[in-house]
Amino acid sequence: MQVLYGRHHVRVFRFGLRVVRDEQVAEDLISEVFLDVWRQAGKFEGRSAVSTWLLAITRFKALSALRRRKDVELDDEAANAIEDSSDDPEVAVQKKDTGDALRKCLTALSPEHREIVDLVYYHEKSVEEVAEIVGIPENTVKTRLFYARKKLAELLKAAGVERGWP
Amino acid sequence: MMATSKKILEQEPSEIEMLLPWHAAGTLNVHDARRVDEALARDPELAKQYAIIQEEYAETIHLNESLGAPSTRAMQKLFVAIDGEPARRTSGSTGISISARIAGFFVSLSPQTLVWSAGLGALALLLQAGVIGAVLMRDQPASFQTASLSTNEPITRALGPEAAPRALVRFAPDARVADITALLDNYHASIVDGAKGGLFRLQFGTKAMSKDEIAGLMSKLQSEKIVSLAVATP
Repeated sequence: MQVLYGRHHVRVFRFGLRVVRDEQVAEDLISEVFLDVWRQAGKFEGRSAVSTWLLAITRFKALSALRRRKDVELDDEAANAIEDSSDDPEVAVQKKDTGDALRKCLTALSPEHREIVDLVYYHEKSVEEVAEIVGIPENTVKTRLFYARKKLAELLKAAGVERGWP
Repeated sequence: MMATSKKILEQEPSEIEMLLPWHAAGTLNVHDARRVDEALARDPELAKQYAIIQEEYAETIHLNESLGAPSTRAMQKLFVAIDGEPARRTSGSTGISISARIAGFFVSLSPQTLVWSAGLGALALLLQAGVIGAVLMRDQPASFQTASLSTNEPITRALGPEAAPRALVRFAPDARVADITALLDNYHASIVDGAKGGLFRLQFGTKAMSKDEIAGLMSKLQSEKIVSLAVATP
């Protein structure tokens, strides 16, 4: 367990933190996730990578934590239409540095868009693995990331950063 | 905003276009990666978009890496919780598989026990070899013949009630519990006594075997990678 924890806890923490946006809650999530792993180790069938299994558990627990807090509502159908409640990029992004602006806009994405961007870019999960973690069809994974990127472009444009796409 | 969203939704992305992020992350299979590479080579607009995606990829990593790591509180909380979990018992539970019980049996053996029993086991083996050798030396025309050496009759006839064959087996040091349990399953074997000098007394099935069958079984067992010694025993 210590080896497993040592190898994966930082990524589990970061993935959870990006969902719940609260360090204390994200730290509590880690304990819950690995305790679940301890209890359910016998159920792991090895059909997917351990990290994929861990991220799926983390996602489930993070969303449960969010629901408990009742400050974020998620709706699969409305995912692409969600208006971000976070800072207006025009206000949040003051610097001209594109990288900095990009990071701020990545933070301003809706929870569903954030998680798919993180899973693909940071956690380097394949289409199939993302589908397994998020629990959606593979085609939806592809289109959701595409529209997440479109939304990101919109936020950047609103913040005065024009990248020439779309 | 709605107008912008509507405009965006009207633009249906191509399959290749949607795969670009996975190409940037290096998580496409070989076939798709080749398709994307070919498309990028012939489509400057796609290549331009790919450059933007690479920037997004780099900044997403940058953002996540900047989130830091959890404090040790999380780990302490976890291990306190694990300590508070009910002890895992492998015996007496009807729902636990035979393999799990065997695994539990191996886990329950302390290294010290194994070390001490190693010497005793080796001695037992030598004694057994001596007895077998002595018996074989007597395999000559003589005034009497032991039932077990009869060439015409199955060995089990002379033993009264038929008994399943048994053997002393030593597993290779690098044998994993999973391998051992799999071997036991394959041979329909069970451990009837264990860890004496690193030797385990196994019983194979529930039916008696002829001398030749036992010899074949020992030969097959000895050829197993995880078995370093297999000797038939009463």
